[in-house]
Amino acid sequence: MAIRRKLIAGITSLLSLMLGGAVQAASKLNMRPGVTETSIEAFELHMMVVWVMVAISVVVFGVMIYSFIFHRRSKHPTPATFSHSTKMEVIWTVIPVIILVYLTIPAVSLLIKMEDASNSEISVQVTGSQWKWHYKYLEGDIIKNEISFYSNLSTPREQYENYATSGAADNVNYLLEVDNHLVIPVDTKVRFLVTADDVIHSWWVPELAVKKDAIPGFINETWTSVPIPGIYRGQCTELCGKDHGFMPVVVEVLTKPDFDKWLAGKAEEKRVADKAAADAASQNWDMAKLMTLGETIYASKCAACHQVNGEGLPPVFPALKDSAIAKGPADVHINMVVNGKQGTGMAAYGAQLTDAEMAAVITYERNAWGNNTGDTVQPADIQAFKAGN
Amino acid sequence: MSDHRPTGIKRWLYTTNHKDIGTMYLWFSFIMFLTGGAMAMVIRAELYQPGLQFVEPGFFNQMTTMHGLIMVFGAVMPSMVGLANWLIPMQIGAPDMALPRMNNWSFWILPFAFTLLLSSLFMEGGAPNFGWTFYAPLSTTYAPPSTDFFILGVHMMGISSIMGAINVIVTIFNMRAPGMTLMKMPLFVWTWLITAFLLIMVMPVLAGVVTMMLTDRHFGTAFFDAAGGGDPVMFQHIFWFFGHPEVYIMVLPAFGVVSEIIPAFSRKKLFGYSSMVYATASIALLSFIVWAHHMFAVGMPVAGELFFMIATMLIAVPTGVKVFNWIATMWQGSLTFETPMLFSIAFVILFTIGGFSGVMLAMAPVDFQYHDTYFVVAHFHYVLFPGAIFGTTAAVYYWFPKWTGKMYNETIGKWHFWLSMVFVNLTFFPMHFSGLAGMPRRIPDYNMMFADYNMWASIGAFGLGLTQVFFFVTIIMAIRNGKKADEKQWDGATGLEWDAMPTPAPYHSFSTPPKVD
Amino acid sequence: MTEQAQENKKLIRRLIGIVGGMFLFAFALVPLYNVFCDITGINGKTRGQALYQNVDIDKSRVVTVEFLTNINRGMPWKFESRLRSIDVHPGELNEVIFYAKNTSKFDIVGQSVPSVSPGKAALYLNKTECFCFDQQTLLAGEEIEMPMKFFIDADIPEDITRLTLSYQLFNITDSVYAESVGTK
Repeated sequence: MAIRRKLIAGITSLLSLMLGGAVQAASKLNMRPGVTETSIEAFELHMMVVWVMVAISVVVFGVMIYSFIFHRRSKHPTPATFSHSTKMEVIWTVIPVIILVYLTIPAVSLLIKMEDASNSEISVQVTGSQWKWHYKYLEGDIIKNEISFYSNLSTPREQYENYATSGAADNVNYLLEVDNHLVIPVDTKVRFLVTADDVIHSWWVPELAVKKDAIPGFINETWTSVPIPGIYRGQCTELCGKDHGFMPVVVEVLTKPDFDKWLAGKAEEKRVADKAAADAASQNWDMAKLMTLGETIYASKCAACHQVNGEGLPPVFPALKDSAIAKGPADVHINMVVNGKQGTGMAAYGAQLTDAEMAAVITYERNAWGNNTGDTVQPADIQAFKAGN
Repeated sequence: MSDHRPTGIKRWLYTTNHKDIGTMYLWFSFIMFLTGGAMAMVIRAELYQPGLQFVEPGFFNQMTTMHGLIMVFGAVMPSMVGLANWLIPMQIGAPDMALPRMNNWSFWILPFAFTLLLSSLFMEGGAPNFGWTFYAPLSTTYAPPSTDFFILGVHMMGISSIMGAINVIVTIFNMRAPGMTLMKMPLFVWTWLITAFLLIMVMPVLAGVVTMMLTDRHFGTAFFDAAGGGDPVMFQHIFWFFGHPEVYIMVLPAFGVVSEIIPAFSRKKLFGYSSMVYATASIALLSFIVWAHHMFAVGMPVAGELFFMIATMLIAVPTGVKVFNWIATMWQGSLTFETPMLFSIAFVILFTIGGFSGVMLAMAPVDFQYHDTYFVVAHFHYVLFPGAIFGTTAAVYYWFPKWTGKMYNETIGKWHFWLSMVFVNLTFFPMHFSGLAGMPRRIPDYNMMFADYNMWASIGAFGLGLTQVFFFVTIIMAIRNGKKADEKQWDGATGLEWDAMPTPAPYHSFSTPPKVD
Repeated sequence: MTEQAQENKKLIRRLIGIVGGMFLFAFALVPLYNVFCDITGINGKTRGQALYQNVDIDKSRVVTVEFLTNINRGMPWKFESRLRSIDVHPGELNEVIFYAKNTSKFDIVGQSVPSVSPGKAALYLNKTECFCFDQQTLLAGEEIEMPMKFFIDADIPEDITRLTLSYQLFNITDSVYAESVGTK
């Protein structure tokens, strides 16, 4: 008895394990339904088309296979002679038309719903740039505590350059994690105004069924309303240059109270950062301190293009070693880092780095790899430059 | 009828013979196919597992770009022109192409065009890295200096294709044997006639768009630059106005090929000849009004999206007619499965699968989830590899005994087929899944969740690559020591090339037009 | 044979005509596209200068107009709208001030490019005065206040209650400089 019970239990658990595995495998094989109303409807439409296509395949390929078996020369030595049948031809023109109409009807209504961004409660401007996203909340008074931030890949460079040895395989969110999430409240219609400041990018979060191209000089609208708090991950889906594969999108959905807390936190963060920047600017940094901070910043922000040895990948990513900019007047160098260069991969770091970080990295570039200009650039210099004084 | 032919290198440099030129086109396209294939191997090696192992991301982008350009313009299109050169005069009873000297030119431009394009790999800043679709401003303001060589290369191969197309049209209209009316022409000739019209309609548009790129880059215009009042989205509209007919340019002649082969091995006339012709023509016409389905995510008004969605889905109707006609041709035939027939059947099945994913992609609201993911990559490889390339392969096996008078080894041919069939599915089917799981295309590295599919796809790709080398060996073996082919190798074959011409096809054929009944 | 050559020539001439025509057609697509966009508002581009004459004001409706400013890469200016958004009645003439400052030590020429979302709304936005109609040259450190006057067409569809007008500011110093060198 006991043995039998054990056996049954064993078989059931094995079965459920297999079933679970199969379900899991199946979920990996298919589109994810996502969490929003539109993503679920898109998923249902997708499944409907898949099943229609499967049904057509069964019929069409079934007929073919029947023919392969029963109309092969060994079985069917004398071929028939017909080569025309108006009746059949009309049938197989009309049936596909009916199927297509059947598929079009739900598609039209879903499309209209997806493209209607009116009556949103919150607006966020999403700007793509090589190779990161920038988010700006368009709520509240424009002058005071405007929340805006960059969202950079946070998977360390070490992990993708040495995948096997760096433990990257244990990182579930490998290449799908960023330093600053786009945070939005639950059950709220959020409108995204999508644009770009260099080339075309595309902002995609599969589980929200939102994908919109970010086009320089133009704005596009799209929207979502997420019913379940959580973190949703996506990627840039329009080839945008070298690091196209390294600019993920991460959306964090919070409950409304948590979202308000987050907003307050962001305002506080900004106040603290402003104060820190002011403090940094009031100090005079020595060369060693600037060089140490500069080297870290350089490694994380600049080395991908200009290379660790400063030799760059010319002509697209010029060398900094012995370059006219790094050894020339400091103003020109500061301008390049703060504002970037149009038509190239050189981004504007003015809003991404603090004054102290920029001062440090510029000092580093002016003194590393034998550039040895002996210049130090102080945070106060950057502050003055940005103020236009 | 003298069968004099010149010898040595001069024969190939100066030849105006349609058979020689066809042979050169086919070999050229095969070399390009292996070159583009080698690039695909680099891509698949990098994607075999997550992490950056072999190439850095910038070079990866050059590989995807060059792979696309070489395969589309260097492998598929010239292979179709090669078949046209060999077959059209033989099938309509003409002694040669109508414009033999232009024919020589249009071939000899190609090696130069592609040397130019490939040389950009060794230039400072590397080869073009903006995808074969070269969207502005990535391909204008932000492009590497070698882009100018790319533009020149595209112009040259565009001129070559246009000359080839003019030649085909003039040949078909003016060189048919007496009695060969349009509605008696073999379907391969018909599909090529329609393709040739598509070519002369859209290749100039491609030339126009790259010219605009050139002036944007160097002469201060702002067609695609928002700062100067231009619009980067307009680039995509013009590009896809060329780009969508282009995909039919690549596949219509393959439709023609299987429409010849399936009846031959079914020993039955092609079902619905005239509806095949009309279906091909309607596919070609519809291809001009569906371009924006490639760009549903750019932010079009709903009305525009609806129009392009519905127009695109309509293409499924004439395409369906063709598939049903092929099946009806086999129905109650007397089928045998030699290598060309196997490739043709695989063409019908796998192209249909590519058509299914095409209908899925056409549906705008779901396309937002498929667009620019590996699902798209799976879709167009299903229509291009088992479509265009299986079509050409089938044609080479089918007409090989007629062209050379020698027979390939049927066993090895079948091996070639089965290996291709297994590997093509192993390579491209998992891409549907990685796309649905959310993997964007053109990325050099990815999250663990896409790892399994990518590994399978890479293994499949290496196998598929090796199989094509095997094809090369098979063909060389057949040319050197192939058994002598029968006078009419395939008992079910029909058409002037089989019924009114000796085997192997003489260097100069149909000096006096054959009788057509 | 000569008759055939003649016929070939005739056909080739026609085909080359098609090729040439299609090449020109590619360029004709540029103005055609712009006209098409102007009619349908497909890409949200706004129109040129409008006149404010005999416009009916529809006091019964309110449309919210939002203003966004973006600065393109390599543009060392501050650029913002003094107003985040404004509620207007269709037909009413309104003025919004934009502020720009050249924070660099160089003289710079800027060009702002407007874009409207939803695209359809661009058809009903009329600007009588806008800095985007011209280029702006700001000397190093110079600042400027730029007025923009607009009204919303009273024909604007009921379903549009909010529209966003965005300006992206590009640095066009180099191309302006290149042109002036070219004319010398």
